[in-house]
Amino acid sequence: MPEVSMTVNGKPAKGQIEGRTLLVEFLRESLSLTGTHMGCDTSQCGACVVHVNGRAVKSCTMFAAEAEGAEVTTIEGMAEPDGTLHPIQAAFQDHHGLQCGFCTPGMVMSAAALLKDNPTPTEAEVRDYLEGNICRCTGYHNIVKAILAASGQDVSRIAAE
Amino acid sequence: MPRDGGIGASTKRREDIRFLTGNGNYTDDINLRGQAYVHFLRSDVAHGRLRKVDASAAEAMPGVLRVFTGEDFVEIGGIPCGWQVTDRFGEVMQEPKHPVLAHGKVRHVGDPIAAVVAETRAQARDAAEAIVLDIEELPAVVDMKAALEDGAPKVHDDLTSNLCYDWGFVEENKAAVDEAFGKAAHVTTLELVNNRLIANPMEPRVAVADYNRSTGDYTLYTTSQNPHVIRLLMGAFVLGIPEHKLRVVAPDVGGGFGSKIFHYAEEAFCTFAAKALNRPVKWTSSRSEAFMSDAHGRDHVTRIELALDADNNFTALRTETHANMGAYLSTFAPSIPTWLHGTLMAGNYKTPLIYVNVRAVFTNTVPVDAYRGAGRPEATYQLERVIDKAARELGVDPIALRRQNFITEFPYATPVAVEYDTGDYHATMDKLEEIADLAGFAARRKESEARGRLRGLGVNCYIEACGIAPSNLVGQLGARAGLYESATVRVNATGGITVMTGSHSHGQGHETSFAQVISEMIGIDADQVEIVHGDTANSPMGMGTYGSRSLAVGGSAMVRATEKIINKARKIAAHLMEAAEGDIELKDGRFAVAGTDKSVAWGDVTLAAYVPHNYPLADLEPGLEETAFYDPSNFTYPAGAYACEVEVDPDTGRVTIERFAAADDFGNVVNPMIVSGQVHGGIGQGIGQALLEACAYDEQGQLLTGSYMDYAMPRAGDLPFYQVDHSCQTPCTHNPLGVKGCGEAGAIGSPPSVVNAVVDALRSAGHDITHIDMPLSPSRVWQAMQS
Repeated sequence: MPEVSMTVNGKPAKGQIEGRTLLVEFLRESLSLTGTHMGCDTSQCGACVVHVNGRAVKSCTMFAAEAEGAEVTTIEGMAEPDGTLHPIQAAFQDHHGLQCGFCTPGMVMSAAALLKDNPTPTEAEVRDYLEGNICRCTGYHNIVKAILAASGQDVSRIAAE
Repeated sequence: MPRDGGIGASTKRREDIRFLTGNGNYTDDINLRGQAYVHFLRSDVAHGRLRKVDASAAEAMPGVLRVFTGEDFVEIGGIPCGWQVTDRFGEVMQEPKHPVLAHGKVRHVGDPIAAVVAETRAQARDAAEAIVLDIEELPAVVDMKAALEDGAPKVHDDLTSNLCYDWGFVEENKAAVDEAFGKAAHVTTLELVNNRLIANPMEPRVAVADYNRSTGDYTLYTTSQNPHVIRLLMGAFVLGIPEHKLRVVAPDVGGGFGSKIFHYAEEAFCTFAAKALNRPVKWTSSRSEAFMSDAHGRDHVTRIELALDADNNFTALRTETHANMGAYLSTFAPSIPTWLHGTLMAGNYKTPLIYVNVRAVFTNTVPVDAYRGAGRPEATYQLERVIDKAARELGVDPIALRRQNFITEFPYATPVAVEYDTGDYHATMDKLEEIADLAGFAARRKESEARGRLRGLGVNCYIEACGIAPSNLVGQLGARAGLYESATVRVNATGGITVMTGSHSHGQGHETSFAQVISEMIGIDADQVEIVHGDTANSPMGMGTYGSRSLAVGGSAMVRATEKIINKARKIAAHLMEAAEGDIELKDGRFAVAGTDKSVAWGDVTLAAYVPHNYPLADLEPGLEETAFYDPSNFTYPAGAYACEVEVDPDTGRVTIERFAAADDFGNVVNPMIVSGQVHGGIGQGIGQALLEACAYDEQGQLLTGSYMDYAMPRAGDLPFYQVDHSCQTPCTHNPLGVKGCGEAGAIGSPPSVVNAVVDALRSAGHDITHIDMPLSPSRVWQAMQS
């Protein structure tokens, strides 16, 4: 079986895999990074979003072999080593932007990519950007609110309760 | 002001940290040493005779351990149904066999035919493609009314027809209802479809089973809302494993919405195969499999008639519903269109006479069972649509017509067997009018029209029966289980508390909110309280989470157990302070002697319980651990009023939700932030049903919506911010917390207001439209405008 090597969350990672192994499978099964989830098999749901060389990618849509030599960041790599949450993660907790937690890693990774490209998005831009991330629990209200808050915008006028 | 971390505080959720950092522990994250993987080969035809399953080539494929077929399960019990409905003639429903793997016939697309177990997932999948099937395709029945016609193909050859039951409720009232219709000044009639939906929790189902050959014990990790129920159903009725030899664990579960209540064939298969192969066996559903194997929801076709007198008082209500059961009876399927639907037909109104007829029908489709709201959205939708139509026909304001007919005195015994303990429907409607700014609608409509858009306003009320349910009552109604809940409260020597609850959290935040209740009762920090759920090995028999029952029933069990703890701790404190037990007061985590400055801390008492050197051993056992089972005396009745404003693009028929407001009465609220989140999510699903979602089959029974490319899940861009309020609170009168439940309200209360709003928008432009069936897709709305 071919060997693949990449950098995941700042650390070197390698493994022997079948050629058809998806990046999400490599992360979950070879590296035990189970924070990246698989919620569908048609690249719609976005639970598997990670960053590959700084870009948000659905890791179910990419072979692990395609990530050879790449810098990959997963949800496990977002908080500080001392456990301090990334501002987006903190905003999700502060604004109750998650319930069952299954779509959450993909939401956080997508949000991070959005705010990198567009540091102060409008509500409509946030909603539009999340087209590829499905959540079934929250009705998106608090996800959108959390992302706007993480961008430093005032969300106090959005109904809290 | 609520105390920090106590009842009424919007405490941030403790479970968020693990979910946000990728440290959740979902079933698919569990891998057991030596595990093998199963892949199910599923039927791609809706109805057929299974002549031959030839697995010889597959068994020779690399890594294959064994291929199982229906033949391997002939001696094994089928998947059981948990509720037996009795029809209007006193006969019990027709109840077909439901084999673990199809035998003799396949009855829906997705019916599992064979299971390949192999060393890797890919090998199992590859080998399944080498299985040769000989299936004689039979005509399929998909449409419910066609399925009941003479000569229709039978889904089950050994049943007399495709009719599961013909239920009438209340049968004795039928003649009086018909008579009232004869005398009515006005009758409004509406025929409508409650569209078939797929629950689609974002985590697909998973099962990992292990058999310990040393002890003979089984362990099943599964994506369940109620692990004890799975243990009972699978152990007792399918595999014959005594409960003390079977542990069922439902760890972090990624949403359920009802679809993870039921006992499914795949988890029974994995448990069976783990022993047969002496290997742990794992199955992870793909989303495509989920579409054709998770139980679906709704799928009612209804004709509803409302009779009014000359003063516009509701005098009678009559409904005829066809309810789709699919090909087999899922765990609670028969109860959904009957006891969870017919009993809610009074809604918020004092209609004196009601008759509900439901015909449940077998078809060649995936089984249909509870989905968020389960029967109550179907009841609410019909009722609130027909009232809106009646208001238009009579030329009266739809809100005024509702208000005129509100139930205002409690307790109120409805003509459909339930008694509402408390409520205030005018209060929630008043609140709705305020938060939705209904007074400003006319100006907003004008502004929309100036932009070439049609604007509509829809309002509706809802009531639901939650806190499911009094065991003796549901037993009389056909339930094959009790519906109490349990809790064990274990106080540790140093004062920390572990609560083992039979409720299960799969997004609801129980680890936070349940701890708030204990914190409030004892006066210690919520951080001192750990909530443990989802493992039959450490919690007493519990019925799990569905029907908005967790806090009302599970929370009540926890309160009862904690009361026992406090009573015992009070005795210990009295002993420590040499005071009379009656003089001991618990406040802010300290036991004090009333009227003195003497007190001992919670931790002093708990330590004494486990280090009983100075302890009334003659009168009191050491230790501090109590269990309670709570069986509710009634359902709870959350209620509220919802308002939706839409814009319709007259050129395309596209509907956008411009404003959405919900005023709910949930009784007392423990964590307002979590409650609001539950309402948001429910509204999101309700708007999804109203505008986007539909599970569609073609005439041959092929599933047309088999992935997220075809089934329109609501995206962030489809939904607005919601204005929600739960400040109207009439506490439940019969549970210790005064809570009613909030999990399903949004999904129950939102679809009618969306449809009412679209009809209002179209009528504002002169279209003589009274109804459009959900989902209100652009094409349906556009077509309605052309007619």
